[in-house]
Amino acid sequence: MSAVLEIEGLRKTYRSRKRGVRHALDGFDMRVEAGQVHGFLGPNGSGKTTTLRTLLGLIRPNGGRMAILGQELPRALPAVAGQVGAIVESPQFFPHFTARDTLGLLAQAGELPRRRVDEVLEQVGLRDRAGERVKTYSLGMKQRLAVASALLKDPKLLILDEPANGLDPGGIREMRRLMRELAESGMTVVLSSHILGEIQLICDSVTIISLGRRVAFGPVDQVLAAHSQNSVRVRLEAVTDLPHAAETLTRSGIRVAAAEPDHLMLADVDKPAEVSRILAEQGLYVSELTPVAVDLESVFLELTATAPVPGQNRQVDQSAKVDQTGTAGGWGA
Amino acid sequence: MSLFVTELRRLTKRRLTRLMLVLLVLGLATVATAFSFSSHKLSPEVVAAAQAESDAQYKRSVQEWQRTVTECEAAQAKGEQTEERYGQNCGKDYQPQPEMFDPKWNLPYQFDFRAEFPMFIAVFAGAVALFAFIVGASFVGAEWNTGGMMNLLLWRPKRLAVLGTKLAALLTTVLGLSVVLGALWTAAFWLIGTSRGTTAKMTAGAWRSIGLDGLRAVALILVVGAVAYALASLGRHTAMALGAAVALFAISEIGIRIAVGVLGVSFGERYVLSTYAQSWFMKQAELFDYDTCQFAKGACEPAKYVVTWEQSAVVFGIGAVAALVAAFWAMRRRDIA
Ligand SMILES: Nc1ncnc2c1ncn2[C@@H]1O[C@H](COP(=O)(O)OP(=O)(O)OP(=O)(O)O)[C@@H](O)[C@H]1O
Ligand SMILES: [Mg+2]
Repeated sequence: MSAVLEIEGLRKTYRSRKRGVRHALDGFDMRVEAGQVHGFLGPNGSGKTTTLRTLLGLIRPNGGRMAILGQELPRALPAVAGQVGAIVESPQFFPHFTARDTLGLLAQAGELPRRRVDEVLEQVGLRDRAGERVKTYSLGMKQRLAVASALLKDPKLLILDEPANGLDPGGIREMRRLMRELAESGMTVVLSSHILGEIQLICDSVTIISLGRRVAFGPVDQVLAAHSQNSVRVRLEAVTDLPHAAETLTRSGIRVAAAEPDHLMLADVDKPAEVSRILAEQGLYVSELTPVAVDLESVFLELTATAPVPGQNRQVDQSAKVDQTGTAGGWGA
Repeated sequence: MSLFVTELRRLTKRRLTRLMLVLLVLGLATVATAFSFSSHKLSPEVVAAAQAESDAQYKRSVQEWQRTVTECEAAQAKGEQTEERYGQNCGKDYQPQPEMFDPKWNLPYQFDFRAEFPMFIAVFAGAVALFAFIVGASFVGAEWNTGGMMNLLLWRPKRLAVLGTKLAALLTTVLGLSVVLGALWTAAFWLIGTSRGTTAKMTAGAWRSIGLDGLRAVALILVVGAVAYALASLGRHTAMALGAAVALFAISEIGIRIAVGVLGVSFGERYVLSTYAQSWFMKQAELFDYDTCQFAKGACEPAKYVVTWEQSAVVFGIGAVAALVAAFWAMRRRDIA
């Protein structure tokens, strides 16, 4: 498979006299194969938008290498721009123009036939409202217009930064269908989103970023498998015994991943029967012992170390920091 | 090319452009109309009427004069003191003379195209330059502000080409407007001249001079538009250009004026921008330094300093080039977020 998008060791440093130096991207790597829907995940402020902006030539990187469709960026950007459709973080449009005018001007600047405008308006469901001023649009309608503007070029690579932002449930589902259709027609889609259930449903592969570095990547099922961790959910007959049980299990070398009010989540459990035995020895009786299939959300929270901790207010930038060498080992991180 | 056409279309589609254009046309039309009422053609009848009126005035004042003299003499005959009331010698030395009643004073104002149209070119240039400033600044400022610039760069990643093409579209539009409105403006005043004033002595040379005035006016309009565009693009906001203009005005017209006044710099006005605007239109601005005069020694020719329109061209040219270079340099270097 050929890579449509390659990023190696990308760095972007923001300097300000007051707040010092911020490494928004700190040796970030990414690779997207042709024809895939690729999820680009990371906590707030981890560098997703910075990556996409850099890729699109809006930001000058401090180092690293980027290529789209085999062409080195930013040198070849003018040549590949016609094949890359993008929206970057809820784009704004000139408020007094109608959607049709807005797209018409873009199509004209890009030397595309005018009929493309009506095609994409139809595709994103704005056909009947296309003559109204963008100023009067709802959030989701603006988002649809943004997606329309990215689709206008009929690109080979489609880059969408939080396209589902503000979409209604029907809209999200339509977006999902649209992504799949586009991928089937041979388009490569890079999708950044915080709706991980959605990503899990539509993406073939993902890249997870934290504090400007890649913490995991690969096909979705492989990332999940690598982090399934043999999780087990345990419930006891008496909820009040849970703290005692957690203590006992921890002493026996079993990792308690989370202590919820009515159950415990255990990680790295090879033999669930062992759990049952240890607890029974202490006179604690298990009412439920279920292996849990991990979802992308929990893997994400674990990899980025951003799961909420009771009693703490996690601040942005409080997330997993990987060593430079840590990303070398494939999807396992 | 397609981008240029797109930007022309974008500019003319904008509400602000249309609104400002309507205001500009209305404003110019109002000035021309109002002015046309103040001018009256000096037909032979009007001239004759003025002559008759001066004659009558002359007659009336001679009669009045004679009456006072008679009154005064009568009083003197009664032995009264008249000096205070009637002046020396009963004011006999002050007989009104006919040349004191020039019929010119009784003529209504008549517009003289040849002498006065150049001033109206400056009025026109001021109005259109204001239009160019606002439209130019907001054309790129609003685009930055609303993220339109970023959108456009996703389609056309050559930043300098995009900024340059937009500027070209702006200047083309402003130039076209200046030419069309300028022709209408000239026609309007020519009409006022022929119907209610005079268009005498409009030789080929006079027309050429007016043509050159027009060219200088258009050049100034384009420079103002380009500078507004550059400033708004530098600040990535329309208000930036307006702010810079206000600041420049305050510094130049108030700050420098006060500073040179306090420091006693001779010909301090040569550091003030409006002097250069004046000389640009009037071909030269003359500054006088009355401090060199010693009036005790009688009438005096004050020292003179002349600012030529060529100097103005250099000043405005340097300013415009500096603003544009800065704008393009920033476009090349700065991140777009
Ligand atoms: N212009 C800037 N100046 C200084 N720092 C910046 C600038 N733009 C972004 N950053 C910083 O770079 C880091 C990455 O920001 P980025 O917008 O890429 O995050 P993100 O992954 O897109 O987050 P989100 O999920 O909230 O959209 C953040 O810490 C942010 O504060
Ligand atoms: Mg973002």
